[in-house]
Order: sequence, then C-alpha cells, then structure tokens
Amino acid sequence: MSIAKRMLMRSAVAGVLAALATMPAHAGWDLLNMPKGVSELSREIYDMHMIMLWICTVIAVFTFGAMIWAMVRFRKSKGAVADGKMLHNARLEAAWTIVPVLILIGMAIPSVEKLIKIEDTSGSELTIKVTGYQWQWHYEYLGTGVSFFSRLARDSDAARQKRSGIDPRSVEHYLLNVDKPLVVPTGTKIRMLLTANDVIHAWWVPDFGMKRDAIPGFINEMWISVDEDKPGTYRGQCAELCGADHGFMPIVVDAKPPAEFRAWLEQQMAAAAGSRLAATE
Amino acid sequence: MAHAEQTHDASQYYFPHGSRLPFFGSIALFVLMAGAAATLNGAAIGGWVLGLGLVLLATLFFLWFGEVIRENQAGLYNEQVDRSFRMGMMWFIFSEVMFFAAFFGALFYARQLSVAWLGGEGAKAVTSLLWPDFEAGWPSNGPGALGPREDGSYEIIPAFGLPALNTALLLTSGLTLTIAHHALKSGHRGVLKLFLALTFALGFVFLGVQIYEYGHAWRDLGLQLGTGIYGSTFFMLTGFHGLHVLVGAIMLVVIWLRSLAGHFTPRQHFAFEAVAWYWHFVDVVWLGLFIFVYWI
Amino acid sequence: MGEHGHGPPKGIVRWLTTTNHKDIGTMYLVFSLVMFLVGGLMALVIRSELFQPGLQLVDPAFFNQMTTMHALVMVFGAVMPATVGLANWMIPMQIGAADMALPRMNLFSFWLLAFAFLLLLSTLFIPGGAPAAGWTLYPPLVLQTGQAFPMAIFAIHLMGASSIMGAINVIVTIVNMRAPGMTLLKMPLFSWSWLITAYLLIAVMPVFAGGVTMLLTDYYFHTSFFNAAGGGDPVLFQHVFWFFGHPEVYIMILPAFGIVSEVIATFSRKPIFGYEAMVYAIASIAFLSFIVWAHHMFTVGMPLAGQLFFTLSTMLIAVPTGVKIFNWTATMWRGSISFEPPMLFALAFLFLFTIGGFSGLMLAIAPADFQYHDTYFVVAHFHYVLVPGAVFGIMAAVYYWLPKWTGHMYDMALAKWHFWLSAIFVNVLFFPQHYLGLAGMPRRIPDYALQFTEWNMVSTIGAFGFGLSQLLFVWLIVKCVKGGERATAGVWDYQHGLEWTVPSPAPYHTFEKAPEVR
Ligand code: HEA
Ligand code: HEA
Ligand code: CUA
Ligand SMILES: [Cu+2]
Repeated sequence: MSIAKRMLMRSAVAGVLAALATMPAHAGWDLLNMPKGVSELSREIYDMHMIMLWICTVIAVFTFGAMIWAMVRFRKSKGAVADGKMLHNARLEAAWTIVPVLILIGMAIPSVEKLIKIEDTSGSELTIKVTGYQWQWHYEYLGTGVSFFSRLARDSDAARQKRSGIDPRSVEHYLLNVDKPLVVPTGTKIRMLLTANDVIHAWWVPDFGMKRDAIPGFINEMWISVDEDKPGTYRGQCAELCGADHGFMPIVVDAKPPAEFRAWLEQQMAAAAGSRLAATE
Repeated sequence: MAHAEQTHDASQYYFPHGSRLPFFGSIALFVLMAGAAATLNGAAIGGWVLGLGLVLLATLFFLWFGEVIRENQAGLYNEQVDRSFRMGMMWFIFSEVMFFAAFFGALFYARQLSVAWLGGEGAKAVTSLLWPDFEAGWPSNGPGALGPREDGSYEIIPAFGLPALNTALLLTSGLTLTIAHHALKSGHRGVLKLFLALTFALGFVFLGVQIYEYGHAWRDLGLQLGTGIYGSTFFMLTGFHGLHVLVGAIMLVVIWLRSLAGHFTPRQHFAFEAVAWYWHFVDVVWLGLFIFVYWI
Repeated sequence: MGEHGHGPPKGIVRWLTTTNHKDIGTMYLVFSLVMFLVGGLMALVIRSELFQPGLQLVDPAFFNQMTTMHALVMVFGAVMPATVGLANWMIPMQIGAADMALPRMNLFSFWLLAFAFLLLLSTLFIPGGAPAAGWTLYPPLVLQTGQAFPMAIFAIHLMGASSIMGAINVIVTIVNMRAPGMTLLKMPLFSWSWLITAYLLIAVMPVFAGGVTMLLTDYYFHTSFFNAAGGGDPVLFQHVFWFFGHPEVYIMILPAFGIVSEVIATFSRKPIFGYEAMVYAIASIAFLSFIVWAHHMFTVGMPLAGQLFFTLSTMLIAVPTGVKIFNWTATMWRGSISFEPPMLFALAFLFLFTIGGFSGLMLAIAPADFQYHDTYFVVAHFHYVLVPGAVFGIMAAVYYWLPKWTGHMYDMALAKWHFWLSAIFVNVLFFPQHYLGLAGMPRRIPDYALQFTEWNMVSTIGAFGFGLSQLLFVWLIVKCVKGGERATAGVWDYQHGLEWTVPSPAPYHTFEKAPEVR
C-alpha cells in the first residue's frame, strides 16, 4: 500500500471512529464548534474564531498538499533520484517568509479592533459584582442592596459524589444547575466586577463570549450584553482551577426582558430590606 | 576516582574516568532538601536531617574542589580544559544573574503595577473598591498594612547611611581584588596575598554591617520579611545578595590559602579568575540593589 | 583506542560513577522512558475517570494530583531528560569531541535529576498527597497544598540545578570542543538546536527557581509577593511562571526540530534545504519566546496595551516556525524518499505538529482566547505539539540512532506497527478534545456535563490504544539491545555527519584523536 493511501486510510479510520461516536449525540455542528452565543461580543469572537479557522485550513491545504505531493512524487521506490544540488533558493525562501507575515497582518487587524471593543466597559447601565468562593459564586447588584450566593444544585451535588449510585443522566442539567441563578436584563450593557475571596476563579458563560479571572484582592472588569430578543437561561462553569471542587461551581444566568428584570429586582430589594430590618431588630 | 596515572600530553583533553562524587553530591543535596522540607513541615527530625545534609554538602565541596585542585596541580589540564572551566563559570554566573532578575522583576512589578492598582491608579483602578483607604506609594506594605507593629507602621533604612558605606566597602573590595590580580599576573606574590586578604576582609566587614543593619531593621524599625511587599523585596533581594557575598568571601579565603601554598602561575590561574568574576558579579548586583532598593 | 581502550567498570558501580557521555546518555534515556510510563499511567487514571460522567474511580482531590503530577512528570521527567540523553549521546559524536566538556558535572546533572524525582514522586505517598494545583502552581491555590508543598518546591530546585548544569555542559561542549574544521555553520542541526535550547534553559530555569522560592517564603515566612493585602499580586507569580514556562515549551520542541531536520534529510537522500535559514529560524524562535509569555494570561485582566503586545508578538512566532516547516517540505522535494520508521515518525511530526501550531496561533488571538482559555481546546493544542510533536520527535531519534547505540538493527515490522498504531490513536485521543473545548468543557475537571460524554469516551479509548501501543516500543528496544542483525557503521544508505563514520555500536570512547573535518 502506498504511503499516500495509508495516510488517507488513517484519516478515514479516525474519521469513521469519530463519526460512529457522535451518532448518539444530539446536535451535530453545535458540539463540534464554538457556540455563536447570544451577545454582540460572543458573535464577534465567534467570527474571529471562524476567520482563524478558515485561514488555517487554507494554509493547511497548501502545506499538507505540498508534503503529500512530495511523498507521492519523489519516492525512492518509484525510482526518484535525489537532486543533491537543491540547497537553497533565496526567492522561494523570501516568499514563504513574507507571505505568512502578510497573512498575519490580515489576522491582526480584526483582532485588534475586536479587542479594543471588548475592553471598553464605558456606558454600562448596571454593575454587578461577582465574588468567587471555594466553591460557589456570590453576586451583588451594586447600589441596590441585593446580593446572594449561588451554588451547585442539590440533585447534581448528590449525584456527583463518588459512586453515588445515581445516574447523572437522570439529573436535569447535571453539573450545570444552581440553587439561585444570576438574573440579568436583556438588551442592557452590564458591567461585571470580578473578584475572589480565597483563590483565583474565573467567570465564564460561553454564550456571552467572555471569560475573566476573579483574583483575590483585585477587581477585574468586563462587560456583557444579552441580545434583546434572546431571553433565556445560559450556563457556564468556573474556568480556573480552584481546588478539589473546581469542577462543581457552575454559573447559571437567567436573562429576562428589562421589565421583568426590574420587577424581579424590586422584589429582591424588598426582601433584602426586610431581612435587614429583621436582623437589626 | 580519577585515573591520574594515564599519560596526558598537552594536546590531549583530560577526562576524569569515573568519580563517586557526583552520586555522593546528589545524595547530599537530597538529604539537605528532604531535611529542609521536613523542618518546614514541622517534623522533629527535620533539623537533624538538614544538619546532616549541610555536613554532607560541605564535605562534597571539600572533596570535589580538592580533587580538581590536585588534578590541576598535577598538570593534567591543558588550555582547552581551562577554557571549558572558564566558560562554565561564566554561564553559571549568568544563571545567577537570571535568578536575581526574578526578584528584581517582582520589585518592579510591585512598584509599577500592583501597588498602584491597589491604590486606585492605572488600568485596574476599580480595585480600590476593595481597599478604599489605601493610597499608592513606595515604600508600601500594602493595603493590609502588614507588619509586626500594631498600627501597621514601619520605617525604612535610608540609603545614605550604612548602605552607602557598604557600597563603598564592596567597590573598594573590587578594586583590591583587581590589584591582587595584576600582582598575580606580574608575579608579585606578596602584593597578591596582601590584597586578597584585604578583599575578603572587606567582604566580611560588609557582611557584619549588613547583619547589624538587619538586626536594627528587624527590632527597631518594624521592618521584617512580613512587612508587606516592601519588606519582602527588601529582605529577599538583600538576603540572597548577602548569601552570595558570604559564598564569595569563603571562596576568596580558599584562593588566598592556595596562594599562600604557592598555587597559581602568572599564566594559569583559572580558580582565581573565577572567584574574581564571581566577586565582581556580586558587586554589580549590589549596585542594582543600592539604587533600586535603598535609593530611589 | 590507545591507552584509553579500557572499558567501563562492571555492575552497578559503573552507573554510579561513570563520566562517559554515552553511559550518561543511556541513563537519561532509560530514566525518561520509565517516567514516560509513569506519567502515562497517571494520564490513564485521568482518562479513565473521564470516560463517562459521574465520579467512578477517584476523588476530585486525587484527580487534581494526577493532573499536576502527570504534567510535571511528563515535562521534567520524560521529555526534557530524553532530549538531554540524546544530547549526551549525539553532540560529542556530531561535533567530533571525545566526550562532554565537563564529565563529572554531567554525571551530577543526571543523579540530581533522579533524586529530584525521588523527592517529587514520594509526595504521592505522604498524608495529604501530591501537589494538586496544576503544573502551573498558581498561588493562592498552591498554598493550600499540604506537606507536599515544600517537597515539590525543593524538587523543582534540584531539577533546576540539574538542568542548568546540563545546559552549561552542552554550551561549553559545543563552543569549546568542536573538532578542527567543524565550524559552527557546519554543525548538524541537532547540535544547533540543542545549543540554542541550552541558552534558553540557562536563562529561564533560574527565574523559575526564584518564582517558587517566593512561593515558599510567602507561605512560611509571611512575605507578600503574591498577596494583595501586603501590596503583592497573585498574578505576579503567573508572570514569573510563564516567563519560564513559555520558553520551556520551546525547550521541549527545539531539539525535536533538530532531530526532524536530520531524519528528513537522511531519508530524502538530500542535504537539508536552507540550512542557514534553519539556524536563524531556531534562533528567532528562541528570541521571540522571551517576549510572548503573557499569552497564557489573557484572562487575568491585563491592561489593553499588554494584551495587544502579547497577541502580536505571539503571532510572529508562526513566521520562523513556518520557515522550518517549508524547508522540511523543500528538503523532501526532488528527493528520493523512503519510509523507514524514523522517517515515518518525522512525517507524522510534520503534519501533526503543524496542526498543533495552527491551534496555537488561534489561541494567540486574545479575543478568541477569551473563549478558548482553560478549556480542552488548549489541552488539545498542547498535546498536539507535545505528543506527536516533541514525543514523536524523540521516537524518531530513537529509531534513527538506536542501531548506532546498540550495534543491532531493530525489528522494522514491529517498529512500523508501533508507528501506525501510535499515529492513529494519538489522533483519536487528542483530536476530539478540540471539539470538547469549543463546546465549552473546562480543563482540570474530574466530572462533566452530559453533552461532553461522547467525545470523552472516544478520547479515552484513544488514550488506552495509544498507551498500549507504547508497550511495543518498550519491547522493541529491549529486543534490540539484546541482539539482532548487525548494524553497519553507516546504518542508513544516505548519511551526513560524523556519527556515521564510527562503527556501530559506537565504541566506548570516540574521537580520542580529533577527526579531520573538511
Ligand atoms: C512543545 C510545546 C509547545 C509549542 C511548540 C507551542 C507552540 C505555540 N503555542 Fe502553545 N502551549 C503549550 C505548548 C506548546 N505550544 C502548552 C504546554 C500550553 C499550555 C500550558 C498550560 O496552560 O498548562 C500552551 C498554551 C498556549 C497558549 C495559551 C492558551 C491558553 O491557556 O489560553 C497560547 C496562546 O497564545 C499558545 C500559543 C502557541 C503558539 C502561537 C505557538 C507557535 O509556536 C506555533 C507555531 C506553528 C505554526 C503556526 C504552524 C506552522 C506554520 C506554518 C505552516 C506557517 C504558516 C502559518 C501561518 C501564517 C498561520 N500556546
Ligand atoms: C510532554 C508532556 C505531556 C505528554 C507526553 C502527555 C501525554 C498525555 N496526556 Fe497530558 N498533559 C500535559 C503534558 C503531557 N501530556 C500537561 C502539561 C498537562 C496540563 C496539566 C495541568 O493542567 O496542570 C496535561 C494534561 C492532560 C490532560 C488534562 C487533564 C485535566 O485538565 O484535567 C489529559 C486528559 O486527557 C491528558 C492526557 C494525556 C494522555 C492520555 C497522554 C498520553 O500521550 C500518554 C501515553 C502514555 C502512556 C499511556 C503510558 C505508556 C504505556 C504504559 C504505561 C503501559 C500500560 C498501558 C496500559 C495498561 C493501557 N493530559
Ligand atoms: Cu472556582 Cu474553579
Ligand atoms: Cu506559550
């Protein structure tokens, strides 16, 4: 069997294996690629990702193509004779130095633009302070007195114990559900202030595109904004190793239309004021 | 051990054939490190193991350098071997430079970035929400005002007191060492011995001053390792420097003893040069310290 | 071989006292193989737990110990010592030197490394277990390590000392011991790649040692380097770590670049294309590796200017790396290619390392990295550059030089089996991890949400397949050491380099009289 055929065979085998394994899986492309998400930023990031992916794919086709061509065409077994004088070629070498530089410049421009946008937290209408703890999140709506902890839902927690005997498949949103989700308004630029109380954690909801570390003693900023027409529940996880239960501190965000959100917030404010009153009595 | 009986003409590179010392040395360092770890973990035998490790390590140096000196005196080393030793020493010193670079880096990072952020300046200024009362500045023991004193205060050592004296001491020792080197190259053994002795004497006086200064800082100024980032960078930088001065001074004593025993020729004296380089390196690091830790 | 003809002493004493570069090289290589198996078994523990959702085998705390130790063992115990072993064996032979320049220190480097690992691995058996904060050792989490904490740090100090001494030896050997006529620009690319690797090592290992020392004093002596309350910053450690850690990844790959250059030229029966460009490319990669470190830290909240700088500088590394890839391809062009085992591994390297490089480039784009960071996409990236990259490079080297070391040819059919199984399973193992990462699976978790199940299963199957295939490798080496068809001095039918001018097995002492190089 020729080497090229073998290479093809190899990728075919891997491909078939992979395909077989996905058969029972739910959605196809969703699970193979980054989510487009539900915010302007997440879409920008997705686009950046796709640009990179395609550029790399095209370069791969050319370079791998050349390699495979060489492997097929210049085989000793087919009587190829080495051209021992082919030592260097200034033009060619200049070309494959300069062309990549140009491609990289092409990649750099959009990424710089997007980065500048991502880092601009000005003009936000709501500020939420997020504090990471081992192993739960604390949310505080600055200026409202509303704050609460959010931790792994009880049923997931029971099922995730070692040899719990509970089938994870029987638990709704296994490991991605919390007792009390963060609630945010859609169509609003929200500034998030991230910090931590013990070790470093990272706050990440893939559908919002952004991930940022929560560092004890310091505050990091980022902003999110959920599309107006995409209320719903979005899930993520802590994304920085923070100890034994790092895998068990999910993030759940309920994005509600602004009016509903306001109602929710007022109710929470009333409850918070009530409990403060109770505490002082 | 080395098969020194083999004949080696000058054109041939000397290779020691077999040595027990590296294995022994690895055990020594292992015992030392295990002992140190046990001590830190609070194990009762830790101190003993650590002590044993130190003894083994000292023995190792004694044996190893002894062997190299013997081989050298036996004339087994040609110029190429000499070059290998020189290059080895140079790169070793470079690695030491990089070790200090880590601590200097920490100093600059704290001064330029972290303290400023904590005080509400620069790119992460929101951080001051967590520390509303803290004002950035240098020196600093941080928003927690860490340190031995109840009120979080501390004093620092002014640059133009003892530290300036110490700078003068070290710079002078660099000079005396250079004089000794020239004396060696021109065969004035008396000058060589005298100025070598002067050099390490200055080194030891430097260390004495440093120890005095540490005691003063620790007891009277509220300046300790735990005095926030200032105390951390101050003691770690000057402490590792002091350790290097100690090692350098001991090496100076060794080559002084060797000069007394008549070692070194005007043309071949690698050990002398290696120690001299090391001493100059220690000198230069001190200048950096004087400027960035004490002065500005 | 004149008065030096006497062989080594017999038995264990030989290995404790030898100062011979070949003996020391052998010890490094054997040590590395053992550590590869140990680190691989830890990886299998990880993969077994991740076979399906739910916790079946290990506690989360132990899982984190496995992740941490797997990485430390593979990086410092398997890949680095393997390349040091190859350097020991081959550099003196390639440059026409009788031995390494500082033979006693050479032995010291090896035994220090062995004892460092004794210290590190013993933490697995103490109360509280091994370090579990990831191989990146970030504070404050790492300060929660129990008794293993000082042991791991001192083990790192010992490894650092060992690496620095090893690197000094390589530099001095190459600069001072080349045979007359062996100018730097005649030196084989493997030696070149190691020369530059050695410079990287000397520059960054001490910084790492300084960083972990600060961890130690923060914990035991109340310093505040990484403590905000005292004016420090946990992120400072990350800067120190990655100032070391990024060059470290090139420390692992540059020797493999050197090997691949030699192998591709040999089996294309043609000198390497663009030799000087290859040298400059390695040097540029090494230089750039010092100014890109914070691409591992895009999510720590760096100032915008910092993120821009590190994104752009990181992207630049693709240029010299591309030069290497293209030159290798051009070396094959108009060659006369045959597919012996070393060539197979080198070719797989060419394809799969490039895939890993592409994902690296994607990670370099800060805005996109906000999504990729700390997911399995990163895990997929670095295993592609490390396993079919660095490890395949090392395997290519073993298959290339094994006959020179043992004097026997190995079992070609078995080697090809080893290659094809490895090449297939490594993709089954790591390719799906790209998908997992993009779909949102964080790294360093012992259990996961249900949508990640299928690809994790595939990956675990790949891991066992890949692991079992390595048993063939072990067996093949043992067989080859024991015996086999006699190897000629040249071994392969196209050779370049001095190592092929001495008999196989290479005599205990080579080049006591320096060879003439035209
Ligand atoms: C051998 C080891 C090795 C090598 C060689 C590389 C090579 C590269 N790596 Fe990788 N990397 C690691 C080991 C390695 N890496 C490890 C271990 C980690 C994770 C550590 C941890 O967190 O635990 C990591 C993580 C890591 C990150 C951080 C990700 C994160 O945590 O969020 C980034 C980000 O920029 C990155 C980038 C790169 C780049 C740009 C290269 C480049 O050098 C790649 C260059 C190569 C190519 C680009 C392909 C060939 C080129 C061409 C064919 C030319 C034409 C191409 C173009 C113009 C596009 N790496
Ligand atoms: C050179 C470095 C190197 C190498 C070679 C490998 C090799 C492998 N790694 Fe590695 N890995 C890292 C470096 C490396 N890794 C690093 C730096 C990390 C990050 C750690 C961190 O997050 O801190 C990591 C993390 C990491 C993770 C993520 C853990 C997590 O985030 O929780 C996983 C998971 O799949 C993994 C798997 C594997 C596998 C299956 C192999 C395989 O290639 C191993 C194959 C070898 C064997 C399997 C052993 C050989 C065979 C036998 C011993 C015979 C017995 C076999 C059987 C009975 C089947 N590694
Ligand atoms: Cu919190 Cu990981
Ligand atoms: Cu990197």
